[in-house]
Amino acid sequence: MSAKVLKSAFWGVGVALVLAGSWAWIDRWVNGEKNANYGSLVPWGLWVAAYIYFIGLSAGSFLVSSLVYVFQLKRFESIGRLALFSAVVTLILALLSISADLGHPFRAWHVLVYPNFGSPMAWMIWLYSAYFAVIMLELWFVLRYDLVVASKSAGFRGTFYRMLVFGSRDESPETLASDRQIVRILATIGVPVAIMFHGGVGALFGVISARPAWHGGLFPILFLVSALASGGALLAIVSAVFQDGLRRNRDTVLALGTLVLGLLAIDLLLQISETLVGFYGNEPARIANLKTIYGGPYWWVFWVWQLGLGTLVPLALLVLPATRKDPRVVAGACGLIAVGFLAVRLNIVIPGLADEQLAGLSEAFSSPRLTTDYVPSTIEFLFTAGLVGIGLLLFGLGEWLMPHGGEPSAGEAPAVGTEGSHVTA
Amino acid sequence: MAKTSRRKLLKGAAASVSTLALAATPLSRAIPVQASEAIGPAPGVLARRGRNLSAALAERGAPSGGLLPATHAISVPLPTGSGTAVAAQQAAASAESSVVRMQAELKRAMEKPIAQRKWTMVIDQRKCVGCSACTVACIAENNLPPGIAYRPVLEEEIGEYPKVTRRFTPRPCMHCDEPPCVPVCPVGATYKRPDGVVVINYDRCIGCRYCIVACPYGARSFDFGEHYTDGTPGRQPYEESPALEYGKEWSRSSVEGITRKCHFCVHRLNAGMLPACVTTCIGEATYFGDLNDPESLVTELVTSGRAVRLKEELGTKPNVYYLV
Ligand code: SF4
Ligand code: SF4
Repeated sequence: MSAKVLKSAFWGVGVALVLAGSWAWIDRWVNGEKNANYGSLVPWGLWVAAYIYFIGLSAGSFLVSSLVYVFQLKRFESIGRLALFSAVVTLILALLSISADLGHPFRAWHVLVYPNFGSPMAWMIWLYSAYFAVIMLELWFVLRYDLVVASKSAGFRGTFYRMLVFGSRDESPETLASDRQIVRILATIGVPVAIMFHGGVGALFGVISARPAWHGGLFPILFLVSALASGGALLAIVSAVFQDGLRRNRDTVLALGTLVLGLLAIDLLLQISETLVGFYGNEPARIANLKTIYGGPYWWVFWVWQLGLGTLVPLALLVLPATRKDPRVVAGACGLIAVGFLAVRLNIVIPGLADEQLAGLSEAFSSPRLTTDYVPSTIEFLFTAGLVGIGLLLFGLGEWLMPHGGEPSAGEAPAVGTEGSHVTA
Repeated sequence: MAKTSRRKLLKGAAASVSTLALAATPLSRAIPVQASEAIGPAPGVLARRGRNLSAALAERGAPSGGLLPATHAISVPLPTGSGTAVAAQQAAASAESSVVRMQAELKRAMEKPIAQRKWTMVIDQRKCVGCSACTVACIAENNLPPGIAYRPVLEEEIGEYPKVTRRFTPRPCMHCDEPPCVPVCPVGATYKRPDGVVVINYDRCIGCRYCIVACPYGARSFDFGEHYTDGTPGRQPYEESPALEYGKEWSRSSVEGITRKCHFCVHRLNAGMLPACVTTCIGEATYFGDLNDPESLVTELVTSGRAVRLKEELGTKPNVYYLV
């Protein structure tokens, strides 16, 4: 298949998903959450799982970008801006997902005006607001010089870039140097914020003693490691596809593959530890939770999606000598891992809730809202598919419009020459 | 205080079904009920709307006995072997309705400053017959939409045929002293009042449902904005009528997309009335009162040695007790 066909297919899928999602989006605003299938026993569903998935991707991508902008690792320099861009895109998807899930999204400002800082959720919201501001600013400073250069081009592109530079015209090396300084400061602020807010997302679940499946000190750590693994994996596939990346980022993709392999191994270790301790402890609620995951109606989400396609297959591809040196295979394996983490998130949120708090609760009063059997509704699926579509379109637009910067081409040792040479798009 | 033996009670019960003129009952009480005494603001909204019978009764100074005043006639006789709790039980199941006594205690409590009251509910699982009248009364009182019951009655079957029994557990909000639902709310929309009632500020709630996740008793519900008559030729007007929780009129749309829960009927308490589930219980199995009042019925029952709380190990310190 030619690159052109692939590209059209990419845009086609993106547009189709967004169109399907718009129907769900409209339904959500017209009918509220009537057509969502969660209820009062399983109060969080697909949209919350998608939210923690996307926000994990964002935190993970951002932390990888900090390898470049804080820790100055040359190896990843060529994908620094892409990592930041991915962090912004996935954060937007996360916020869209959770805004649909809130009963009163237009009251979200209550969290800023009446915050209860005893609540992990309030912390999370404050911290990701700060994080959003930091990464937007950082991305702008990373791109500013290239945007200024590009804003001289004629036609639509020129106009577009002129809008984005907000009046900045300065191309002097001093300003470029000060940009880099600012980026470094912002990135350094961003790292603890990202760690706190994503650890905070883990804490949001971990503090709930009413849900033994979540309750414990491991959750914040597990969330961070999962974020890094999934974010790194997303970056590997994106940097292989984005702007002719397979040629330009060959070695970086391989390096990302190794990084992800290590992170996935740690993640696996933590998950195995949780599972074994859970089984051995024989606490009824934990056992019920594990049984729901492994043998419930969604057994395949764990065995096929999370463990098979999301863990074992990519692990093999990243380890076997025959495949681990091929950037296409590595990128593909990382793609599987990135998608597999959605199953991880689903298996945290839904089975953790799908257990009666008191025996007989689901039968005491007949209502589809008072049951532990949760299957996302069509509207929920379409909405989330629409978010994926928005993500595809944003990445597509980014690949089309983001100035390439001066990354070296394939085969060359990365890093040299990145400092000064800037090519227009 | 009238001390009726079990035998006497059983005999008397049959004979007295028709003689339970509630108005006369208080006269024989050790604690006189001054029905005309002012206890806080009149139930303005309720009376104006003429919405429910108990409100109208309270307006006229009649003690609120619910729709089935003859409740104690079908009291379940005490099982033997609960010797230590005999006094409390007899008080509870005596020929005079415990509802009348609790009504008087409610008035007494309402005269105290709010921080000195500690509202407590006691549910006798040996007397509960699992009829769900309380569930329904609560739904009617609070105009609840489909999918929400503040007080469902959980049913369990214990043992195997022929040795089998059933246990009923009405489950209101426990109004925990250490409520896990409160600290997690990102906007402080849910909080504990000085009298112990855990409430939700419906105007503040953003509908994140974190509190539902955090409650170990499943006592919170999300209002999905549904109507019982959706999907029928026409939505019925009663479904659009406001809920009167917290002494305010909540239009149907104002409570959609938020979390709702049992509030011990604080709007009724303010009007001097017992919670709807208490006055409706056909088995007189639900008691309500002020645990800070050493003379109150709930204090007697809580200290009877039979009282347990659900999931005590979580340290939530519920204010709802079960007599087992
Ligand atoms: S029972 Fe649940 S909703 Fe009620 S106070 Fe306790 S934790 Fe909160
Ligand atoms: S659903 Fe409402 S009351 Fe519950 S935690 Fe969220 S904002 Fe607070």
